[in-house]
Amino acid sequence: MEVPYTVENRPDTGLYNAKVGIWLFLASEVMLFGALFSSYILLRVGALEGHWPTELLNVPIGTVNTMVLILSSVTVVMAWASLKLNDFKKFKMYQLATVICACMFVLIKSYEYRDKLTHHDVVLADGMRVDGHLVEETDEYIILSHPVSYPAVKGIGYRPTAIKEAEHGDDHHHAEDRKIMLADIVKRTTWGPWANTYFAIYFTLTGLHALHVIAGALVIAYYWGPGSKMWKTNPEQFTNRIEVSGLFWHFVDLVWIFLFPILYLL
Amino acid sequence: MESTEAKELHDTHHDADGHGADHHHDPGFWRKYIFSTDHKIIGIQYGITSLLFMLFGFFLIATMRWSMAYPGQPMPVVGSLLHIIMGDMTSAVFDPETKELIGYAISNDLYNAFGAMHGTIMVFLAVVPLAFAAFGNYVVPLQIGAVDMAFPRLNMASYHLFLLGGLIMLASFFIPGGPAQAGWTSYSPLATSIQTDGQLYWLIAMVIIITSSLLGAVNFIATIIQLRAPGMTWMRMPFFCWAQFVTAFLLLLAFPPLEVGALLQLMDKVAGTSFYLPTGLAISTMKDISGGGSPLLYQHLFWFLGHPEVYVLILPAMGVVSEIIANNTRKPLWGYKSLVYSTLVLGFLSFIVWAHHMYLTGMGTKISTFFQTTTMIISIPSVIILTCLFISLWGGSIRFNTPMLFALAFLPMFGIGGLTGLPLGFNYSDILLHDTYYVIGHFHYVVAPGTIFGLIAGIYFWYPKMTGRYMNEFWGKVHFWGSFIFMNLTFQPMFAQGMAGMLRRMADGGVGYSIANNPDAVGGLADQFVKLNANITLAAYALGLAQIPFIINLFYSISKGKKVESDNPWHSTTLEWQTPTPPPHGNFTTPPTVTGGPYEYSVPGSSQDYIPQNQKA
Amino acid sequence: MSGHGPEEIKKTIRTYLKVLGVLVVGTIATVGASYLHFDSMAMTVGLALLIASVKAGFVALYFMHLIDEQKIIYKLLGLTTFFFLGLMVLIIWASGDKPMNTVMP
Ligand code: HEM
Ligand SMILES: [Cu+2]
Repeated sequence: MEVPYTVENRPDTGLYNAKVGIWLFLASEVMLFGALFSSYILLRVGALEGHWPTELLNVPIGTVNTMVLILSSVTVVMAWASLKLNDFKKFKMYQLATVICACMFVLIKSYEYRDKLTHHDVVLADGMRVDGHLVEETDEYIILSHPVSYPAVKGIGYRPTAIKEAEHGDDHHHAEDRKIMLADIVKRTTWGPWANTYFAIYFTLTGLHALHVIAGALVIAYYWGPGSKMWKTNPEQFTNRIEVSGLFWHFVDLVWIFLFPILYLL
Repeated sequence: MESTEAKELHDTHHDADGHGADHHHDPGFWRKYIFSTDHKIIGIQYGITSLLFMLFGFFLIATMRWSMAYPGQPMPVVGSLLHIIMGDMTSAVFDPETKELIGYAISNDLYNAFGAMHGTIMVFLAVVPLAFAAFGNYVVPLQIGAVDMAFPRLNMASYHLFLLGGLIMLASFFIPGGPAQAGWTSYSPLATSIQTDGQLYWLIAMVIIITSSLLGAVNFIATIIQLRAPGMTWMRMPFFCWAQFVTAFLLLLAFPPLEVGALLQLMDKVAGTSFYLPTGLAISTMKDISGGGSPLLYQHLFWFLGHPEVYVLILPAMGVVSEIIANNTRKPLWGYKSLVYSTLVLGFLSFIVWAHHMYLTGMGTKISTFFQTTTMIISIPSVIILTCLFISLWGGSIRFNTPMLFALAFLPMFGIGGLTGLPLGFNYSDILLHDTYYVIGHFHYVVAPGTIFGLIAGIYFWYPKMTGRYMNEFWGKVHFWGSFIFMNLTFQPMFAQGMAGMLRRMADGGVGYSIANNPDAVGGLADQFVKLNANITLAAYALGLAQIPFIINLFYSISKGKKVESDNPWHSTTLEWQTPTPPPHGNFTTPPTVTGGPYEYSVPGSSQDYIPQNQKA
Repeated sequence: MSGHGPEEIKKTIRTYLKVLGVLVVGTIATVGASYLHFDSMAMTVGLALLIASVKAGFVALYFMHLIDEQKIIYKLLGLTTFFFLGLMVLIIWASGDKPMNTVMP
């Protein structure tokens, strides 16, 4: 018993099974990310005035990461084309580049995560809010670098637009490190998903996307390493598998193309 | 599992074309029944698991019904057993005079938990897996003449994920605080604020079950697109396959938003986000939230799945019923094409009607009107389908065997369920009926005497193919009449209760709001409606008893039932009957080539009254 | 897809490199546009999404070969897009259409 059309195309549909399968899967992924994008819009449109912080992410880093992912998308498709040209060596080279790009993306992303998770945001007893990077922490005080401070009027989710202007002003390094006594702190949080709905959706969207990157990279790495033996026994099916994993990879890239502007730039 | 007899048949059969290498002569129990990639075994796995879940779901509602009918009274036997398992979630009942412990009743929390679990289990772990995964797996590849599903290993993975999700759901019964309590809908912020880890289990289990359904849906669609036998054109496909095809699309495209809904709620629970928690929310258990979320977002994501889900529940049953009706009237289905196109339209429209579940959330009039309009439009294809099936009966020489009885009963029962849905689709009448027992009556008519009758019909119908033996006709008829009568006695009174204003999800069955207890209040619930609770409960228990002949019949007939005379005992046209009985791994002895339509019954001038799809000259 | 002879593959490889160029330029353009600070929010959002859509379009058409794919895939994607838009548009519409637009302080 052999399931037909695993390698060759079915005449009337012009497709092999796995290709139908991956497109169906991608269709469901469109709905998955589509629902998340819809949630993003709903939350953003529904946010109270000033409660949707902007320009908190590092745009140059985001841009670099975008480029990394775009590059990997090209190497994936080149790897497939190399197989079509019977050039296994080039395939190996391109796919290695893909996997390296994937690792870079994840590394950069985790650096960004760490950066946000160590950014502390405190409300002081005197009614001021201070946020900045944690440089030192003891039982008595914390030290934040480049702190920004403003009156804490509307709860922790609120961050007046004036602040981001100040940050981008000429005196970017406008303040020295600041020592804050724990006793003075009324409320303390970090810029994790709990900080506000913006960070919530930021971490959820990018986290889910990063999981896709990791999953895709694992599959590609498998067919680069142990799985590539199949090239000798069944080159056509192997090429199909590379095409299918490539389709998934492009989709992951495509999602990022939308994530980047809506999270970093708008 | 299959009997030894069936196993023998399995083993002694060989492919004609000698693909013997694929056939392990004795793959061992584990490979054969647990880690099987054969679509038929997987179908049976799904079938058994989902029937067990259905029984469990029924048990839950049975205990709840006691609480509604006899609020505060100890439950005989079951109460003490529950006390052993669930501990403090049961409430001890003392004799008012002697102050002695006289037994246990379920507490209000436990009522909520059981209610949430009844809904979740019945929908996601019983009916969908039975209708879609079990019947779909067993029958679809056979009907389209395929050797297996397109991705057999993925198929196995789907089942294992489903089982894992189900077990996690069950595990939540044994944790402190018990299972989720916020209804099968799990609306936030209610679901987020209840202090039980059960909700966490619910969410994780749901994510896993959804993933399993998505993989299953991919597999079904790919199979139907790619593996149809030569000559099996789209318009020669049996209607059952069409129904499953559309169902798979509904799952594929509607489930991801619910997955997002569950993920975001999971984030709210574990990562402290506020996706569904608005600014200014004042719930004592939830301090220190950032706020800024939208409770309605959850409802949108939930019902975007929720509505297509009801078609997931009903379409496969319609498919089963159509097959049985064509077979037992010995006539082609009337309006096959209308059936197919109606199903496609139904599937398509079911994505844009969801907010008719949300009329009471303060939606504006424009959007309400939109959803009310699409809801009314979607009722048209449903009516067409039902009408076609009714007309198919006209002038047939009907064989009233057990599968046909259930299939026939499906028609009026689903009709009642569907028609009572119309008042819920108009927003002005829904405002009165929303969240009352009218709604419970409505959708249970659709899923219980509707879908479940259809599925039971399918079990009686395909059983001879799976085992080589018939189920017992006499006990089948006893099962049918018992189910039919008590189903109606259970659900019919609910319409009256609902229209009288009795709300759902009340552990005391509305006694607290009865006129008897509030003589001075305006709008209390009249006594006769409260009293109906006891009738309903007794009817539900009788309904449960009526299933006993079925359960015995199911197991007894595996080895003791009447043997089939041929591979095609019902003289059917479709391809699943053109295989050996039961079909071996790989299904067909010779790959079929399809030459005719699916329902060539009583063709004038032909010597027999049916022409199998692969045998038309 | 139509034939994949070596000649055609070589030709498509050149296309891939061109698409890479488009994507890089597109990325720079999005970032650049975000520094322009238009007065209208709609303009800013519109432009960013337009550029993103163009980039996504190139990835889908060329890298994912959608420029030359089988009918059934187009049908599937058409259906998916429709439902995706339905989900998004109706949710947003519903959030805007309220009997009373109460805003909490
Ligand atoms: C056949 C026997 C069944 C009986 C006697 C029964 C009875 C009930 C009753 C009385 C309720 C209302 C509970 C309350 O509001 O407190 C209920 C709720 C529900 N039932 Fe059933 N049911 C049966 C089968 C099913 C089936 C087969 C399904 C689904 C496929 C189902 C799905 C549901 C759902 C989704 C709810 C709502 C749960 C909630 O409020 O969250 N039931 N059932
Ligand atoms: Cu609905």
